[in-house]
Amino acid sequence: MLGKTANGLFWMYRYLERAENTSRLIETGQRIALTRLGDGDEEWESVLQTAGMASGFHAHNEELGKDAAIDWMLRARENPSAVRSTIGAARQNARLVRTALTGEVWEAMNRAYMGSEERLARRVSERDLPRVLGLVRQGTALVRGATLGTMLRNDMYDFARLGTFLERADNTARILDVKYYVLLPGMSAVGSSIDNVQWETILRSVSARGGFRMEYGGAVEPRNIAQFLILDKRMPRSLAFCAVKLRDNLGYLASNYGTRPQSLEMADALVRRLLTHDIEAVFDFGLHEYIEEVIGALGTLGRQIEIDFRFYE
Amino acid sequence: MTETPIFDEMWGRDQTLRQPYASFNSWLETEDTARLRAKQREAEELFRLSGITFNVYGRAEAEERLIPFDIIPRIISGREWQRLTRGIEQRVRAINAFLHDIYHRQEIVRAGRLPAEMIARNEAFLPQMIGVTPPGGIYTHIVGIDLVRTGDDEFFVLEDNARTPSGVSYMLENRETMLQMFPELFSRNRVQPVQNYPRDLCTSLMACAPDMQRANPAVAVLTPGIYNSAYFEHAFLADQMGVELVEGHDLRVVDGRVAMRTTEGYKAIDVLYRRVDDDFLDPLNFNPESALGVPGIMDVYRAGGITIANAPGTGIADDKAIYSYMPDIVEFYTGEKAILKNVPTWRCSDPDSLAYVLDNLSDLVVKEVHGSGGYGMLIGPTATKKELREFAKKLKARPGNYIAQPTLSLSTVPIFTNKGLAPRHVDLRPFVLMSPGGINVTPGGLTRVALKKGSLVVNSSQGGGTKDTWVLED
Repeated sequence: MLGKTANGLFWMYRYLERAENTSRLIETGQRIALTRLGDGDEEWESVLQTAGMASGFHAHNEELGKDAAIDWMLRARENPSAVRSTIGAARQNARLVRTALTGEVWEAMNRAYMGSEERLARRVSERDLPRVLGLVRQGTALVRGATLGTMLRNDMYDFARLGTFLERADNTARILDVKYYVLLPGMSAVGSSIDNVQWETILRSVSARGGFRMEYGGAVEPRNIAQFLILDKRMPRSLAFCAVKLRDNLGYLASNYGTRPQSLEMADALVRRLLTHDIEAVFDFGLHEYIEEVIGALGTLGRQIEIDFRFYE
Repeated sequence: MTETPIFDEMWGRDQTLRQPYASFNSWLETEDTARLRAKQREAEELFRLSGITFNVYGRAEAEERLIPFDIIPRIISGREWQRLTRGIEQRVRAINAFLHDIYHRQEIVRAGRLPAEMIARNEAFLPQMIGVTPPGGIYTHIVGIDLVRTGDDEFFVLEDNARTPSGVSYMLENRETMLQMFPELFSRNRVQPVQNYPRDLCTSLMACAPDMQRANPAVAVLTPGIYNSAYFEHAFLADQMGVELVEGHDLRVVDGRVAMRTTEGYKAIDVLYRRVDDDFLDPLNFNPESALGVPGIMDVYRAGGITIANAPGTGIADDKAIYSYMPDIVEFYTGEKAILKNVPTWRCSDPDSLAYVLDNLSDLVVKEVHGSGGYGMLIGPTATKKELREFAKKLKARPGNYIAQPTLSLSTVPIFTNKGLAPRHVDLRPFVLMSPGGINVTPGGLTRVALKKGSLVVNSSQGGGTKDTWVLED
């Protein structure tokens, strides 16, 4: 398969994942604004930061406000990470790798794109927001479903998965990076209402409330949240889960191609570092420093994948 | 001019239902208009979803548009088709022989059947191809012959597309759409299949590989990229054939072979189905500005290291000035009279012809010798006085750049409109594959239809649509 095709698949699925994550963040932000427990507009600043969109937002907007923040994250043309832009970019990459996709995946992608263009053509009112976000995510979910259900499990699939999990790991790590302080032990022995909002924000933004409840019951402990989002191997958006998937898919590629690429070594190292510690060790190391290191490792891994599989040259 | 009624392929000249449409018509009579209207919308939805679009040049880069599809099929009987096929095969064989000749001994010029300047001064003539024999002796692997019809047995060749004919994806998708929407029609009519085209194309290309000994030669489709107007088709064909779709920057010359950059390193290509013009193929040998091509590919080609389909330099055979010599060309190389007729053509480079064309401009169609897509042409009967005056000036300035033809009264086929069926003018592009194994004409082709009432321009870039084309088993 062509290096260019591997690149296109990798980015198509990265962008799809990003579109979903951003829409989830918008939903979380909106939810918190509605419950009026948060700090009003301050909360949107933190949402923008989590999405990695704060500096872009301030470069294009005078004031921070709910509507402006939502519009920026959802549909601003100037924002390459806005939901609409990322779905457009995913589809552009899909066109580029059209020959690597099954007809069903292509049609689902095209449908997601047409739906997003139609629904995000104009500013979305507060009333319509939940429905629109739901439909956008339904569109991307269909692409994923068609991918799982119809794509051959060959190298093409591996690159699609690498894009998905690298983006997802990065997203979870960034949420933790922005919110790490509310998870530090001893910050508040008894959860104040503000803390509860913060914890809920974190869980919501990775669609983890249900899973967390199943695992830990109703009591929210910051230590458990950290454990769940970083180390839990069954939680599909945890760092450990994503890292294992990255290592597995690189492993399939390695055995398929009969090589041992450097990116596999890196992923392997990442897994061992994430999985051999328990959460106490993470806190001893320093939660923030630990997360920073993971983010750095993910970035290096992404660049090495490009080199190992000749994405560009 | 005598006013004979226009020939309608369904209703003839005198409103008598023609045989190929008999079964279709009995179905149509039982159909209700509202259902058909819904089907027409459904068809559009199917096309939109499959992403079968084309980009319009001169508009925003990202703009993709659908070519309108009409649900009424164009139906040709098996007998009519057989005769067409013989004519097409003869013509394609002659074109291929002609190309070999003009890049070698130029016997046709020596025999005085074609003026030397038609070749020497032709922009489409590629000196780099002199003395080069492509693998298997095939120049025109893929050809699209544009035909128009004016009566029961009257077909004319309008144009030979011997460079990179496009539109075959519409032939296939149109059929796919009709099969999905009107399965019952295909149980009552025995329509010859077109779906084998991608497999036939792949087999035909593989049969032209430079090294006949190598099993499973590697085929790839070369596209200018996603902003090209026919990108969808390039991706579609590569997908259907199960081969790689490459761009210039995926390729480079490695150890005397053209190779593509894969995730496992560079892999050699045997046959390149290129959808890039000659001029952009190789920046070292042709246009140095080209970013679409592969530096050095022509050197590999001349050394026999790769098959390029179609061969570079085939453009001279579909040049509109050469076109006027086609009856001679067919006769010269096949020893037979041409089965398919040419439209009478005046070459404006000839002073007497130019004078005639200028005197009769309002009755003629004038085309640029190298033009395509319906751009830069004049349709005399519908042009304004001012347009005629301005075109006459252009003609006098560069007469060699133009040819002129009478306006034919093109046949019509009904389309489905909001007010029911209405006749519209059509043309037909059958697709032809050529390899050392023989010539293969897919039963069907692309029917283009001028959607505007009375219009003769069928080009998709100018408001034309398409129809499914049926060839019946007799």
